[in-house]
Amino acid sequence: MKNKFIYLAIVAVGFASCEPEFDNAVDANYSSGEADFSSYVAIGNSLTAGYMDGTVSRVGQTYSYPNLLAQQFALVGGGAFTQPSYEDDVNNLGGIQGLTGTRLVINASVNGVQPIAGSPTITLAPQAMAYNNMGVPSAKSFHLRLPGYGNLAGVALGLANPYFVRHATTTTATVIGDAMIKNPTFFTNWIGGNDVLLSYATSGGAKADGMTPAVDHNATGFINPLAYGGNDITNSDLFEDTYTNLINTLTNGGAKGVVCTIPSVTSIPYFTTIPYNPVSDQALTANPNIGLITSLYQFLSDATNSRIAPLNLTDGQPNPVIINDVDLVSISNQISNIAPIYANTIINTTPTTDPQYALKITFANFLINNANTLGVLYGKARQSTSSDLLVLPSRSVIGVDPADSAANPLDVPGITEPMANKWVLTATEKTKVANATAAYNASIRSIAATKNLAVADMNSIMTQLVSGLRIETGQVYTANYFSGSTTEGLVLFSLDGVHPNARGYAVITNEIIKVINAHYKSNLPLHNPSYFPGINIVGSN
Amino acid sequence: MRKLLSLTLLALAGSTAFAGGYRVSIQGQKQLAMGHTGVAVVNSAEVAFFNPAGMAYLDKKFNFSFGGNALFAKTKFQNSQYNWQASTENLGTPFSLYATYKVNKWFTAGLAVYTPYGSSVEWDQDWQGAHLVNNIDLSAIFVQPSVSIRVGEHFSVGGGPIFATGSVNFNRNVAINPLLSVNGSGTDVTLDAKGITAWGYTAGFMFNPSKKLRIGMNYRSEIIMEARDGDANFNDVPAFASTTPTLQNTTFNSDLPLPAELTVGLSYKITDKWLFAFDYNRAMWSVYKALNVDFLNSDGTIRNSSNNARNYKNSSTYRLGTQYVANDKFTFRAGWYFDESPVQDGYFAPETPRNDSMGYTGGLTYKVNSKLGVDFSFLYLHFDEVDNSYNHYQENGNTLPFGGTYKSSVFSPGIGITYGF
Repeated sequence: MKNKFIYLAIVAVGFASCEPEFDNAVDANYSSGEADFSSYVAIGNSLTAGYMDGTVSRVGQTYSYPNLLAQQFALVGGGAFTQPSYEDDVNNLGGIQGLTGTRLVINASVNGVQPIAGSPTITLAPQAMAYNNMGVPSAKSFHLRLPGYGNLAGVALGLANPYFVRHATTTTATVIGDAMIKNPTFFTNWIGGNDVLLSYATSGGAKADGMTPAVDHNATGFINPLAYGGNDITNSDLFEDTYTNLINTLTNGGAKGVVCTIPSVTSIPYFTTIPYNPVSDQALTANPNIGLITSLYQFLSDATNSRIAPLNLTDGQPNPVIINDVDLVSISNQISNIAPIYANTIINTTPTTDPQYALKITFANFLINNANTLGVLYGKARQSTSSDLLVLPSRSVIGVDPADSAANPLDVPGITEPMANKWVLTATEKTKVANATAAYNASIRSIAATKNLAVADMNSIMTQLVSGLRIETGQVYTANYFSGSTTEGLVLFSLDGVHPNARGYAVITNEIIKVINAHYKSNLPLHNPSYFPGINIVGSN
Repeated sequence: MRKLLSLTLLALAGSTAFAGGYRVSIQGQKQLAMGHTGVAVVNSAEVAFFNPAGMAYLDKKFNFSFGGNALFAKTKFQNSQYNWQASTENLGTPFSLYATYKVNKWFTAGLAVYTPYGSSVEWDQDWQGAHLVNNIDLSAIFVQPSVSIRVGEHFSVGGGPIFATGSVNFNRNVAINPLLSVNGSGTDVTLDAKGITAWGYTAGFMFNPSKKLRIGMNYRSEIIMEARDGDANFNDVPAFASTTPTLQNTTFNSDLPLPAELTVGLSYKITDKWLFAFDYNRAMWSVYKALNVDFLNSDGTIRNSSNNARNYKNSSTYRLGTQYVANDKFTFRAGWYFDESPVQDGYFAPETPRNDSMGYTGGLTYKVNSKLGVDFSFLYLHFDEVDNSYNHYQENGNTLPFGGTYKSSVFSPGIGITYGF
């Protein structure tokens, strides 16, 4: 009897005792340092809003870098962190009803990128509230100060932004005004991407029509943003002025913060996935019209004084595409004039015994009948070089043979039809982008210095992705686009090729945390990107 | 007595890892109370395990010992770089049963049944280390018939075969990447194998140069538990990966080594009432280089393998114990030991989160009458807080270390009976 009691007592004591205790609790050393995170506000564009896979979606938004930062801030006195509501995204499809498509996924059954099946349920119903995350997709720097940017009536006129319409406090509110309602003690500012990169560059330097060149206002000197086209490059003086104003407003109440620089085109898979020479010799040789195409290039090489080179299908090297470069001097007339002369030479010098006689005569007639068209088509055409960047969406048009290719062989984009302005960021356009980016970043850094703000150099961090960014876990990430489920864990960018995926946002958050820890002497824990999702793959769609 | 027996007849051998690696050094209530010394101690039938050669020196013709422990083990984990916290609490029930029979002056036979290996560790499903382990339950029961032969006045040898039977159930997530998950629950694999059997042996000698001094040596052979055609089942496989060959349910083969052990020690009778003992164990853990699992095709060929480096090293344990016979009714015991962990730096996997430890033991025997006694023991195992990691996990061709700070604590009360005549 006694023994039974002793035994039971020991069991009870056993469970209660032997509690292991650490010398220091896991959060013993966390601190906010010199910063105060009690009210944290983030301003910026789509990168700040948690945009990925071509849209903002309910789940995707939870992985925005401001939300990930706020989770760490909460450990050291951070206050509540709110983001515009996406409760209406009941099925997590993203998109906006009537305006944009659903979020991109990989459909495993066809091994391709598709918008996920279903219709968006997100509407523009106004929430009329100031939030901690004031990231507005597509916003350029000056848009943050534009009254009425959240007015539904202005959307059709291009004066308002549907994303801001969803949460602007009034029809005349400004993004920065709403941000200040939160009385920020700490802020992050990552604006400027849409002033050059996510508008001009992603459009291949073209206006909305895909052909007319967008304007670089560093060349025009225009500083009235109301006169800007959607894809124009913002003048860098206007940018500096705007940015100074934004920072002055944000720091008015003594808030501290982090500013982020603008990345360069070469660190984003949207520009680096499609090589300038994507067409293999095999693909060309398999084309039924290859005889015609070869002769065409031979003619063009002659007619353009070698601006276009003849096709080389035997060197084992992949071939460049033919593009329209708006900065070239037009030689349409020259081509149209030479066409009939070249054709007649063929007719006069080819003996009837030539085994290729029929083909050559057909081609000569083709040149005579299409002389004008050829001039118009190839007046500013050249082959792409390693200095040009083909945008990601171009992969769905290059070499895609329209149904009537036999009847109209000049219709094949990139092979016979020069690719329109919007598919290519030419070397010249690239330089404009690089110069504008450098100017903006110089402004960002100097303005930050005047206010002693921390700078998260996203430009240099994302440049490291080109050769491989090694993070604390030893994992090496690159700017590669998704290429299969076996390497999915290495991909930081979402399927739109521009915005990071959740894992990528975790890496960005960590870089900002490191900057905060260094600059404000805080001690904040990091996120571990390996545990974050990347590309969404579905079995069927 | 019956009540006691039914109370102590707890579960089967679902023991908990606490002594170096997954070795559970609880093979007798009397000896555990003495720091688990015993290679040169002749107290009871428990000597059938510690050194079968010692059976020849038991006074009584028939000796019987039976006992069990409730092993409470808790481990906490934290990583302040990522603000991770996790913990695991486990209860194990090692038991032992010994019987010896003195056939004649120089020949004694015995039977030992005990549970020297066990590991039951259960973390929260999908915790941060889930790609290494979610839960593991492995156990082995050894059945060891033995003989002891007395050679002259001062010397004896003993030994016998060991029949081992064991089982393992192990679950881990197949990857860190949440790509392989369903609704937040990671794709995981459960390996299950039961009724694994193997053979080994134990052999040793005991030398008593005087009435006060005993010297003993015992060697237990390595036993490799070969799991063949166990079940491998995958759960929470996402739809897009439903036909992936390496995620299909199948059978598996795997070998788990139970290392050889060499023990040498001595005991000294300071007075008639007071005994002191010292044991040195050496466990040849270096045989455990990796946990390799071969997943099989239906025709028995290997479909794919999972190779997980462990690289254990040989390790030592130093034990001191003492026993004081106070009177006819009570005998008191105390002990201490230092247990070196076989886990090397950089190979600290959370399925056996054990670093070096120090054991403090105590206990007593209450003699009901000349034949029957009740033994009590308790063990407290102290671990220093340790920072360590497992650096050999690879995903996407990259090595992803997993580590942090671990702190463990183990406490085990035990009870047994000794009967002899």
